[in-house]
This record gives sequence, C-alpha cells and structure tokens, in this order.
Amino acid sequence: MKKILSLIALFFVLALNAQTKYESAMQNGFAKLKESKGAEDFQALGAYYERIAEAEKTQWLPYYYAARHYTIAAFMNPAADKDKAATKVAELIAKAEAIESSNAEIYCLKQQTAVMQLVVDPMSRWQTYGAQASEAIAKAKQLEPGNPRPYLLEGQYLMNVPEAFGGGKAVAKKLFEKSLELFASFKPLTALHPNWGKEQAEQLLAACQ
Amino acid sequence: MFVLQNDTMKAILLFIAGLMMASLLKGQVLVKGTVKDQKGRILAGANIVIKDSYDGTLTDSTGSFSFKTTEKGKVILVVSNIGFKTLEQGVDLGKDSLVLLFTLKEEISELKAVIITAGSYEASDKKKGTVLKALDIATTAGANADISATIQTLPGAQKVGEQEGLFIRGGSAEEAKIIIDGTVVNNFFYSSVPGIAQRGRFSPFLFNGTVFSSGGYSALYGQALSSVLNLESLDIPEKSEIQLGLSPLFASVGLQQVANNKKSSYGFSYNWTNLTVYQKLVPQAPDFFKVPDFHTADANYRFKTRKNGVFKIYAYYNSGSLGVRNPSLDSLGLWNAFQLNNQNLFTNLSFRQFLGNGWKLNLAGSISYNKDQIASQVQNQQYLSVPQTQIPVIDQASFNNHATQWMFQLRAVAEKRFGSINTLRFGAEVWNNQDSARFQSILGLYPSLVKDRYTAGFAEADLYITNELAFRPGVRLEYSSLLNKVNIAPRAALSYKLSKNSQVSADYGIFYQTPERRYLINQPSVNFLRADHYILTYQHISSSYTFRAQAFYKDYISLLKTSSGFPVSVNNNGYGYAKGIELFWRDRKTFKNLDYWISYSYLDTKREYNNYPAFVQPGFAATHSGSVVLKKFWVKNMFGVNWSYNWSTGRPYFNPNRSPKEFLTDKTIAYSTNNFSLNWLPKIGKANAVVVLGVNNVFNERQIFGYNYSSRVRDADGLLIRSEINPPASRSFFLGIFLSWGVDRTQQNINSNL
Repeated sequence: MKKILSLIALFFVLALNAQTKYESAMQNGFAKLKESKGAEDFQALGAYYERIAEAEKTQWLPYYYAARHYTIAAFMNPAADKDKAATKVAELIAKAEAIESSNAEIYCLKQQTAVMQLVVDPMSRWQTYGAQASEAIAKAKQLEPGNPRPYLLEGQYLMNVPEAFGGGKAVAKKLFEKSLELFASFKPLTALHPNWGKEQAEQLLAACQ
Repeated sequence: MFVLQNDTMKAILLFIAGLMMASLLKGQVLVKGTVKDQKGRILAGANIVIKDSYDGTLTDSTGSFSFKTTEKGKVILVVSNIGFKTLEQGVDLGKDSLVLLFTLKEEISELKAVIITAGSYEASDKKKGTVLKALDIATTAGANADISATIQTLPGAQKVGEQEGLFIRGGSAEEAKIIIDGTVVNNFFYSSVPGIAQRGRFSPFLFNGTVFSSGGYSALYGQALSSVLNLESLDIPEKSEIQLGLSPLFASVGLQQVANNKKSSYGFSYNWTNLTVYQKLVPQAPDFFKVPDFHTADANYRFKTRKNGVFKIYAYYNSGSLGVRNPSLDSLGLWNAFQLNNQNLFTNLSFRQFLGNGWKLNLAGSISYNKDQIASQVQNQQYLSVPQTQIPVIDQASFNNHATQWMFQLRAVAEKRFGSINTLRFGAEVWNNQDSARFQSILGLYPSLVKDRYTAGFAEADLYITNELAFRPGVRLEYSSLLNKVNIAPRAALSYKLSKNSQVSADYGIFYQTPERRYLINQPSVNFLRADHYILTYQHISSSYTFRAQAFYKDYISLLKTSSGFPVSVNNNGYGYAKGIELFWRDRKTFKNLDYWISYSYLDTKREYNNYPAFVQPGFAATHSGSVVLKKFWVKNMFGVNWSYNWSTGRPYFNPNRSPKEFLTDKTIAYSTNNFSLNWLPKIGKANAVVVLGVNNVFNERQIFGYNYSSRVRDADGLLIRSEINPPASRSFFLGIFLSWGVDRTQQNINSNL
C-alpha cells in the first residue's frame, strides 16, 4: 500500500513536471501575484510576464499580464509618469493584439490605459481619453457579451465620474450588479486566461450601498 | 494485482528520483550586480533579462539586482531602461555565481532632452511646456473666450484698451503676426472701430495648440518685428456632435460629423451676433445708431491619408456692420458718425504627410479677402449730414473709404530627422498681397492700388549635442517685389538643461518686416524694417508648476519715418529700443482644484518713428504691467469660479497743448480691472451643457485709455478741449449657454445594456 501511495505521489510529481515550462511559469506568476503588495511588486511582476512574453513571442497572455500589472503599478504609484507608462503598456497591447485580435480582455486593457492618461488632467483630457475609455468598453462588451470584466471596469470608472457627466454611484452600482451576475456563470477558457475581478466587484458594490 | 519486484521497484524509484533531481533541482546560478549610467548614478527599475528565457529581474532602488537562473552556457544578457540605449552582453554561465556591472548610455530623446524654446510659450498638450489650452482660454475671467485677451495675461503682451491687436514688448499691433496652420491671417481681429478694441474672430476650440512667442521666434516664420502667435488647428475630432449656443449677444448652431472609421470628418457652423438686446440691458456710452450685427459661417473637411498624413481644409466667412456716434470735439453740437460694413473670407488648406525614412512634408495654402466700407460723417443735432462749413478739420472729417485686401499664400516645409531627435527643416513660401482703396473726401477721390509679392526661403536645424545641450541655428532669406529688396535674417537659440525640470536658454535673431503697404505707394527707396532680439530665459517646468524669468533687449535698427505734410514721404530713419524683465508663475497642484498664474512685465522702451517729433516711450507701451488669474473648479458639482486682476501703469498720450519737445510726456492714470466669471457644466437632458456668466470690471474701476483732442476748440484757459477714451460700458457682462449633443453610440450602448 505504501508503495502504491509513493507511486501515486511520484506520478503526480511527474505529471506536474510534465506541465510545460510556459504553463508553470505563468502559474508561478499567479502565485507571485498573491504576494504582491506595493507598486514595485507589480512592476516586477509586469517585468516577469514581459520576459515570458518576449521569450515565447507567440503567446498573447503573457503580454496581457505584463500590460495589466504595469498598469496597476502605475495606478498605485502617485509619482509615476502615467503618460510614459501608458506608452509602454500600449506597446505591449499592440504585441498582444498582433497575436490575438478582437479580444474583449485586450479592450479592457485599452480602457484602463485611457483612464490612466485621463487622470493626469481630467479637465482637459476628458474629451479625448474619456471617449477612448467608453469606446474600448463598448467594443469589449460587443466582442464578448458574457464577460463580466468590462462591466466591472466601466462601473469602477463611472463611480469617479461626476453625476453631471453620466457617472456616480447609482450608475456604477447597476454595472457592478450586472458584472457579478455574469461572474456567476463565467468560465475562463483555460486556467491561464484572465479570471480576476469577482472580489473587486463585490467590494465596489458594497462601497456603492 | 500486478506486484512489482522489490529490485525493479528500487530501480524505477531511483530512475524517477534522478529525473526529478535533474528537472526540479537543475543547477541554479546566481547572477547579481548593479546598473549605473555613464555618470555613475544608480539606475533603479532597469530591466535585466537573459535573452529568449524567462529569467531576469528589475534593479531595486539601490540599482542592484540579483536573480537565479537554470540557463547554462553562453547566453545574452539584455539590460534596458527607458531613456537609455539597450545593452546586450554575452556571458558564460557556469557553476559559480556572477557579479556584473552594467553601464547604460543615455539616449538623446525628446522625453529627456532640453526643450528649444526660442522664446515661446508652448501650449499644446504634446510637450511639457504647456501653458495655455483652449479650456484655459475659455475659463480666463475677463477674456470672454478670446485668444488674444488671454494672451494679454501672459508677460510680454500688453493690454491696450482702445485698440485690438497683440502689443508685444514695446512693439505696435502691426509688428506681431498671427499664423493658423502655417499661413498668416491678415484680419485676425474684427475690423477696427475708433476707440473700441475688437475681439479675435476665431474660437479657441478650433485649435489644439497655441504657441505664443514673445520674441526670438523660429526662422520658419517672418515678417514680424515683435513676435508670432502660432495656432494649430485640430485634426479629426473624437466624436460627432451637434452644438447650440445661446446668449443675449448671439445664437449659434454647429455640426461636426466624424466618419465611422475615424478617418475623415466634416463640419459647419453658423453664428449670428446682434447686440440689440445687450445694449438695452447694459447702456453704452457712445451712441450705437447701428447696432453691431455679425453673421459668421464656417466649414471644415479633414481626412487622414495612409501613413498618418492629414489633409485639412477650413473656410470662414463673416459679414458685419455697425455704426457709432460720438460728439464732435471740433464743433460743439455736432456729431461724428462712423459706420462700418465688413466682409471677410479666410480659407486655409493644409496637408501633412510622413514620407518615411524620417522625412515629413507640410504643405499649406490660403486665400483671404477683406472688404471694409467705412463712412464717416459729421452730423447735426438731428443726425443729418452737415453741409460744408468751410472749416477744413470739420469738412475733412466726412469721408468714405472702401478698402479691399486680397492675399494668396503657398508654403512648403520639409522636415528630416537624423538619429533620434536631431531635425532639419527647410522650405519656402510666397505671399501675394493686393490692397486697393477708394478714399473720398472734400479733398477729392484718392484711389490706390498696392501689390506686393513676398517670397522667402528658410532653413533651421535642431541639434542636440547631449541631452543637456541643444543648439538651433536658422536662417531666412526674404524678398519683397514692392520694395525690390532682399534681406537675410539669421536666428539662433541655445538651450542648456540645468536639472530635470529647469533650463536656461539664450536666443538671438534678426527680424525684418515690410512696412505697412499703405505707406508704400510710390515710395521707391524704402527698405525693410529691422529689429534685433537678444533674450535670456530661465525656466522651471514640472507637471505641477511653471516658473519662467526672461530678460530681453530689442534693438530697432530700422523703423518707418513719415514726413509731415501732404503728400507724405517715408524713409527708414526711425529707430528705437526696448528692454525689460518678465516673470511668470503658474501653479496647478498646491491647492486642490485651484489653478492660478501670476505674471509681471517691466518694459523700458523708446522709439522715434512714424510722425513722432522726438525719441519717446510710445503710446501703446506701459512700463509696469501684471496679471493674476485664478480658476477654481469643483469637480463634484461641475462648477467653476474664475477671477482675474489686470493692472498696468499709465501709458503716454498725445497732448497737442504741449510743444513738440514735450511730445508724449503726459501719462494716463494706471489701468486696473477685476474680472469674474462662473462656469457650470450640467447635463441638461441628453445634452452636455456649459453655462458661462462673466462680469468684467466688477468694481467699476475708472479706466482711461487716452484722450481725443479737438484741433480747434479751446477752453477758458486757451487749451484745446478733450474727451476721455473709455470702454463703451464701464462694466460689461457675458451670459451664454452652450449645448452639445454627442452623437455617441457608446453612450447609447451603455444605456441599452442596463
């Protein structure tokens, strides 16, 4: 019995090891994400995925995660040059799009990049980047109506937009509810595909009450 | 159940263990070290990667890095950091850990390099030098969304209450030029009315960049002794919209339609301005017997070509009329009535294309037309024309002048980039001007026709020696067919970066200008006017504040001198100087949602030109002037309050009671005004609204811009009588509602999905 157990254990180890280097590296990134706290951690995580992306060159997901974590790092660091960060992120998005065109998740990234540039000077940038942001979200919804993240991001954005401009908590609340409704049935394509946002949607919805 | 033999079992286990060891515990090598720049400064956040592998890391705040890798043998390490040249270095990974030191070379890049300012206030969003955007202009109290009125709150530009135009550093209005997309706009302002300054014709929202230079401008432009104001029109707008504007002063409608692929757009607008209602509400000092009435229509078409080229065409047409009556100073009881009918056309065509290999081409052309029909009449108490009085000054005050101007321009500029940001620009332009007039008075009919073809060639280079040091030499060659003279105007700018946000620069240039054409009828021996500029600038620009200090010296080597008497003869014997110091401070971050700027100018200038009998400070120059502009915005309520204070010392005025030796020795009282405006951006139905309320000269401060003197009526002391030149109403008001309906499909999508 003991032998059989060890065999099973060994088999398991082997199976894990058989998982490709790419997949385990990606999974390793998810583990690192759980330990990431400050802007520097997210910047490092972005760089980690960028390394995977540049070594693989045919996978869009590492570009996606690199862009996503660089974006988070820029949002977390008040001193970050948001325009510079946005340029970098846009490069990564372009590379991801060259591999995977018309993907809702990539349009979500585009919305976040637009919002990042908008916050630099909302008064005068609202017309340009505000429009870009809502356009990206509309496109994401159209590409994948069952994806909860466009609604989450839209709600997060509109929560901070004055009511006079069609924003506010009441509008955002409906979006978070819609997002959570979709999260209930959402299944990522693979374990490596984006699957974040449910807790965030719950927290934001609570903040709207 | 099949049971394995013990030995076999062991062998398999050993084999598996070996596999595990090999795969899971592959020999790891530690790679560590530091990354610095050429000057030995540590670089945090630099990226170190083993090429084509997953291994690598970022440097920490001390510039050091360390990571473990399972790669073996000869690999390439790639070290990169924004603003630096990426370094690739081969290393051999063995069993021992590696300690490496990398030195990155700085890349000369736009992000880091010193900005070549050439004396200008950049106002586009592209560069850090941002000072004025369209929204800034619209929310400056007192400016009423007029571009030039906002520029008057910057140092170097002076407010001259009785006349429109840009008066820059001791220069007259004629000495500054305004350029839209490369072409000169001859009639940027509404036609002059004696004693009442006119607005600029164009809305700030047509432009995405306002580059105002108070001197020492680029060799790409010419024909301005003082400066150029460079306006760059918008490319394809973000979205389609319908606009509506309503006010007691005007009504306007506009449409802008953007194609679905965002590659092209067209639009048009119409505006009707009529001051009947406003003048009933706010009484005006002069008698407007014909209320100002203007009709404006404009249209645009823009499209993007392949390779990011843009083609733009813009057409503007305006027709307006007004009549204003003031008591005559030459004969008490009589009136001087001035009536103006104006028609103005401006069309501009521009094309910008990247040609590959670092080449870029800019083409521009324009046609402009302006017609002023002026009737000046001496009237009696019943406002009827007075028969001849045999008093020359009175009889000559009745005249008709019909003046027509045509201008055709073509311009081509080629730009080539070398290396990263070194740039060479060169090009040529032709302006064809034709002015005709029919002046009729008691002295007879004087028809006139002046034609001038102005041709110029120019070249300029931006040379970055290092990121800290840049040099911009330039030269301009000009020819005027009317003068039949050629000039060569060299320009140079040198900029040195002191720290991340601060720099000093020195500018030099020779600037020529053809004298006003009306003086050049049958005057064969006149040459170009000339001014030499020397400017020193220090500036500190960060995202939160801007500080700028400038010192300048301007040498007017040649100005126009006119003879007294009739007919007038002219020569180039006029001369003068201007020197001064200017300070500018703008802060957007210290106080939340509060944006303010403060400017101060000191100006010392004298000139002898036109019919001046002495070397004196001209009437359009004030020694000290300053502005404070405040803008507070509450984002939550979409509500803003703006306030501005403008002040200047008195300007000299002409007093004919004094001898020619005492010419322009009298000064007006100091000018001071406080302006206030509110803007509120509510959502009205589906429309985005902007409500603006403005009050100029809130405290009703007394403003005297100068005096008009009688040429014959004297008071009890034997002095010629005079009247003050004041604003038409001491306090003025503005109220407007602007609505826009964005034909924005995304917004509809949001609503339909909820």
